[in-house]
Amino acid sequence: MFKEFIKGNEAIAKAAALAGCTQYYGYPITPSSEIIHAVADYFPKFGGTFVQAESEVAAINMAFGAAACGKRVMTASSSPGISLKQEGVSYLAGAELPCVIIDIMRAGPGLGNIWPEQGDYHQIVKGGGHGNYKTIVLAPNSPQEMCDFTILAFELAEKYRGPVYVLSDAYTGQVMEPVIFPDEVKKEKRQDWAIYGDKESSGNVVYSIQMNTVEQEKVNLRLDKKYREIEKCEARYEEYLVDDAEMIVVSYGISSRIAHSAVDSLREEGFKVGMFTPKTLWPYPVNRLKQLSEKCRSFAVLELSNGQMVEDVRLTVEGKRPVDFYGRMGGAIPSQEEVIGVFKDFYNKY
Amino acid sequence: MGKILKRPKGFFETFDRKPGTDQRVTHYCPGCGHGRVHKLLAEAMEELEVIDRSIFISPVGCSVFGFYYFNCGNIQAAHGRAPAVATAASRSNPDSIVICYQGDGDLAAIGTAEILHAANRGENMTVIFVNNAIYGMTGGQMAPTTLEGQITATTPLGRDLANEGYPMRMAEIISQLHAPVYVAREAVSDVKSVMKAKRSIRKAMQSQKDHKGFSFVEILATCPTGWKLDPIESIQYIEKEMKEQFPIKVFKDVISEREPKAKHYPSTKKEDIFAAVNLVENVDLFPRDQEFIDNFSEQRFRIAGFGGQGVLMAGTTLAYLAMEHGLETTWLPSYGPEMRGGTANCHVILSNKKIGAPMVETPNVLIALNLPSYDQFEPLLESGGLILVNSSIIERENKRDDVTTLRIPMNEIAESCGVRAAANMAALSAYLTYSKLMKIDRLVTLIKHNFKKRDLIDKNIAVIEKASEYVTKHYL
Repeated sequence: MFKEFIKGNEAIAKAAALAGCTQYYGYPITPSSEIIHAVADYFPKFGGTFVQAESEVAAINMAFGAAACGKRVMTASSSPGISLKQEGVSYLAGAELPCVIIDIMRAGPGLGNIWPEQGDYHQIVKGGGHGNYKTIVLAPNSPQEMCDFTILAFELAEKYRGPVYVLSDAYTGQVMEPVIFPDEVKKEKRQDWAIYGDKESSGNVVYSIQMNTVEQEKVNLRLDKKYREIEKCEARYEEYLVDDAEMIVVSYGISSRIAHSAVDSLREEGFKVGMFTPKTLWPYPVNRLKQLSEKCRSFAVLELSNGQMVEDVRLTVEGKRPVDFYGRMGGAIPSQEEVIGVFKDFYNKY
Repeated sequence: MGKILKRPKGFFETFDRKPGTDQRVTHYCPGCGHGRVHKLLAEAMEELEVIDRSIFISPVGCSVFGFYYFNCGNIQAAHGRAPAVATAASRSNPDSIVICYQGDGDLAAIGTAEILHAANRGENMTVIFVNNAIYGMTGGQMAPTTLEGQITATTPLGRDLANEGYPMRMAEIISQLHAPVYVAREAVSDVKSVMKAKRSIRKAMQSQKDHKGFSFVEILATCPTGWKLDPIESIQYIEKEMKEQFPIKVFKDVISEREPKAKHYPSTKKEDIFAAVNLVENVDLFPRDQEFIDNFSEQRFRIAGFGGQGVLMAGTTLAYLAMEHGLETTWLPSYGPEMRGGTANCHVILSNKKIGAPMVETPNVLIALNLPSYDQFEPLLESGGLILVNSSIIERENKRDDVTTLRIPMNEIAESCGVRAAANMAALSAYLTYSKLMKIDRLVTLIKHNFKKRDLIDKNIAVIEKASEYVTKHYL
């Protein structure tokens, strides 16, 4: 067994190499920098490519180039850096290139600070770049999931030919926990659409321009069809004590860890609370959440934001059940006492 | 006659990707310089026998449709990002010939950073910089290379140097960097200059074929539509106006002096990759003791002190010890600017069930290695908890009566064993000895297994033993 006590960010770097990723282009930014530090150490040792790019924009466009050449490629950053990368993400989506992008969220807007926040939900899940596109978004809440979801991200990116995000936060990146790594290395496959600089691939072209409105709409419709397929097949979630729950707490990432402790305490006091934790933020696990809304009395959403994911919960529940929201921002983490108090108030409202 | 009109094999026979009715001609305007530059490139690909190996990067601008014409791998890049895309294309396929084709807005305005840094890294690529002193496709706006007084859509009164700055001489700028091997400026205004431009392009591509690195060929080209001149007048404009500002010259040629750059191919062997990422098969340090796990009561630590006192490592060591005993564990550090004040602290949880929040708000154990930490965290402790105070540098008495406070001279113990930095080990040993959670030989085994500074292991073990004796003597 390959078990290690390791930081979430470092687990991502190791997992990427095991996923068959051979190229990394990035720009350092706290609190994601352990990823670039680890990659800079690991990748050259097996002949992989690591480039510290001149900017976030250059990094994502290098990733675009490597993806166009059929390489498994990753880049990572934190919130302000991801804002800069959005141009490239739209191009990756438009040209249908697989690429794994890690966002270790920090507080904003603007320069903000380096403490954990979940204020990037809108820019990542709803698409921060221009045009009609969607990106699969995986939301780990532990170093183990940082490892597992990074590997899964490469798989999904290649399967559906598009950028896939792993959306995490400063604490999940910095925390150390035991991680069991897989005992295998995934192999890169030759892609029939990619550019290898050889005779076989010389007829291939990677682009996202369509001067003709009819042709551009055809592209949009084709992408849309793919997105519907992803919505049907790739929604992932975890649930905890939902069977008899009167109130279900919905949260993701570090918030779900905070909520977990609060739910345990509330259960000890006799409150019938459960948890629903989306592991994909797009596609949002709407079917299961809809089912749960038939059973429970209300939902409580906890986020480190001004209320972003709560919009998806409300859209899913369609007004059938009340959805309460509690959020902290600026890098502030709610205390257990605070969260338990808020959840009790929400619980007793109905 | 037939030979002259022959289409170079670097081009497709017919331009089937191009929409519209005539797939034999390009989309460029009559008299445009792009068509000439394209042809020179297609000829060079054929003559150097690199058509199949070539990857053409099209920019944003009139040449965005390069992939209509070049019979090789094609990638269309975002505005200004062609050198970034080309960087990865070249590194992905070390044996390919990467042609990074850019216009003046793309290369010298929105993509200034990308071109400078690709050049500075000496990426193995050939950059063809088509300078026509105007934005063509977007509608005739000012480019960074627009001449003084030149009328464009965004300089309707002529370029005013005081307001818009000076025409940028990119070849001169690039030639100042060390890494590029070949930097030249050419023109495609007449037969003679076209032939000369062709030699430059060939030279750059041959150098790339030899893996010598980065070449940059700037080419002055006509844009009759943007300039609102007819094709003949446009050629005269290059000769009379542009060449004044942009001299035709080889600015740098050190191809023969430079060694070929190394090519890297990634290993796909499992053992190579596991070795590179430092993953080693686990050995079980201790036998699993289910009774110990079932009876374990959760330990929530704050460990704090000055930077350099081994605060973070004390935490990871505890967590590692717990992991090796089959417990759940988390460790969360203070980080970033918080660390720069010279203090450090970490949150550690050891538990026999799944851990929710990794933050420790109400610790039941505090290890305070200095006074500020003691002052800060003593009030947070859960009633009935345990505090280990580094009495070597903390003089004040405890303020809390509802917790157990052990005063251990951690620095003195460490120093007496000749390893000043091991106060953290004294703290851990004292904690384990007092709490009786684990025998200290478990800590010793872990240190022997994990410790990176092998030469300090014995001294650390001495610290552990001495601290344990101290606790036994004074508190048990």
